[in-house]
Amino acid sequence: MKHLRSIDELGHDGLVRLLELTNHMVEVNSRPVPKVPALRGRTVVSLFFEDSTRTRLSFETAAKRLSADTMTFSVSTSSVNKGESLRDTVETITDMGVDAFVVRHKSTGIPWQISDWTNASVVNAGDGWHQHPTQALVDCFTVRQALGRERFDGLTLTIVGDIKHSRVARSNISAFSMLGARVVLVAPPTLLPPDVSHWPVEVSHRLDDVLGSTDILYMLRLQSERMSQGHVPNLREYAETFGLDAVRVGRLPSRAVLMHPGPMNRGVEMMVDPSTLPNSLIHQQVSNGVSVRMAVLFDLLAGESSASHLSQVAS
Amino acid sequence: MSNTVMSADDVRRAITRIAHEILERQHGPAQIAVVGLQRGGAWLADAIVGALHVIEPESRVPLGYLDVSMHRDDIGLRPVVPGAISRIEFPVDGATVVLVDDVLFTGRTVRAAMEGINTYGRPRAIQLAVLVDRGHRELPIRPDYVGKNLPTRLSEDVRATSEGVVVSRGVES
Repeated sequence: MKHLRSIDELGHDGLVRLLELTNHMVEVNSRPVPKVPALRGRTVVSLFFEDSTRTRLSFETAAKRLSADTMTFSVSTSSVNKGESLRDTVETITDMGVDAFVVRHKSTGIPWQISDWTNASVVNAGDGWHQHPTQALVDCFTVRQALGRERFDGLTLTIVGDIKHSRVARSNISAFSMLGARVVLVAPPTLLPPDVSHWPVEVSHRLDDVLGSTDILYMLRLQSERMSQGHVPNLREYAETFGLDAVRVGRLPSRAVLMHPGPMNRGVEMMVDPSTLPNSLIHQQVSNGVSVRMAVLFDLLAGESSASHLSQVAS
Repeated sequence: MSNTVMSADDVRRAITRIAHEILERQHGPAQIAVVGLQRGGAWLADAIVGALHVIEPESRVPLGYLDVSMHRDDIGLRPVVPGAISRIEFPVDGATVVLVDDVLFTGRTVRAAMEGINTYGRPRAIQLAVLVDRGHRELPIRPDYVGKNLPTRLSEDVRATSEGVVVSRGVES
């Protein structure tokens, strides 16, 4: 595996390998000096065509803790504004000598396209509605750590919100079901893809029906522009029907944990302050982000996944 | 073709002697910490700490384990797969850290371990204990405590466990 572009491409064994490797990175991050020389001399460039706080910063922190050099490409100050094409941008950066691209783009499939134009590894940090594999790794690792179990057989993951436009949902459906979880989607029909019969999921339109059987409650962000597109009548009605309030928290089993990929819309999908809930894993999701992305970069550039291209260099 | 060069009893006696030498050199167990290098050195570190406690029953020598994969100098030459997770849960600052490995060969693992220890703090001193020194050093590294000096060919394979030390003719390269 030279690239990390989707959970399905990674597969079960790759998923487990990266989750195990993350344990090593958590230990590195607990040291007084949380920095190791593993990727000394390598260069990682972050190529973000969409806004991001946690994903971009956690990738850059991860690269630095592994001693890689980092380059940050910011669209607003680049030659993209002079009309440079994506292909020319990628080829220009490749010519400077980079080992990995971390890519976020509003269009599905861009990471695959970019990997045709460069010999560097490509990490998908979000492509359109399609995939966000490192978020799914973060979420699986966080649940493993919180519940102290390696597989999720017998657990129900309930994902609530705008499934249709969510790359986080798509990656998590694949990843959690690979580890044995049952996945339930809760959304109004307008926020579900037209056909989910080929996904390993069950669907409900009523949050209150499924709360009692939920082990992991995963709230998605409702983007306010969805309202103007006519997917939901208004935010208050959405909040009433699909938002998490104190009454609904009370309907969850006491063992259930709460997750959210951030950024949160307080007062819409989150009508409670999650920091007051004992079983919220939202802070762990952020703090594990750096360790997971260290594992991904290490695996692609120095670990097991590097075997194929390292042997090409040697021969 | 394999040849047993140390029996289980030889290994046990060597460990006891190394423990005595450590205590003698440090004038007692205070400030000593033992760190086994994953994975081959972990059992030996356990055994050395056990022997230290037999000799000085009142001592509480901290024991840790270090995986050096992330500090290796051959990253990028071949795939590196980390072994067991490092665990150093005592303050390294000011301690005399005795690194423990089963077989000392090129010295590259020990170099990586010295660098790794420094991410946990600044020890007063770092020392090295090995069960077998098989020669062929590629770096200026010398052990402080040695179970057995064992001249070998590069192609030979040395396996050191609590059951004994076995040399076998490895793959000629």
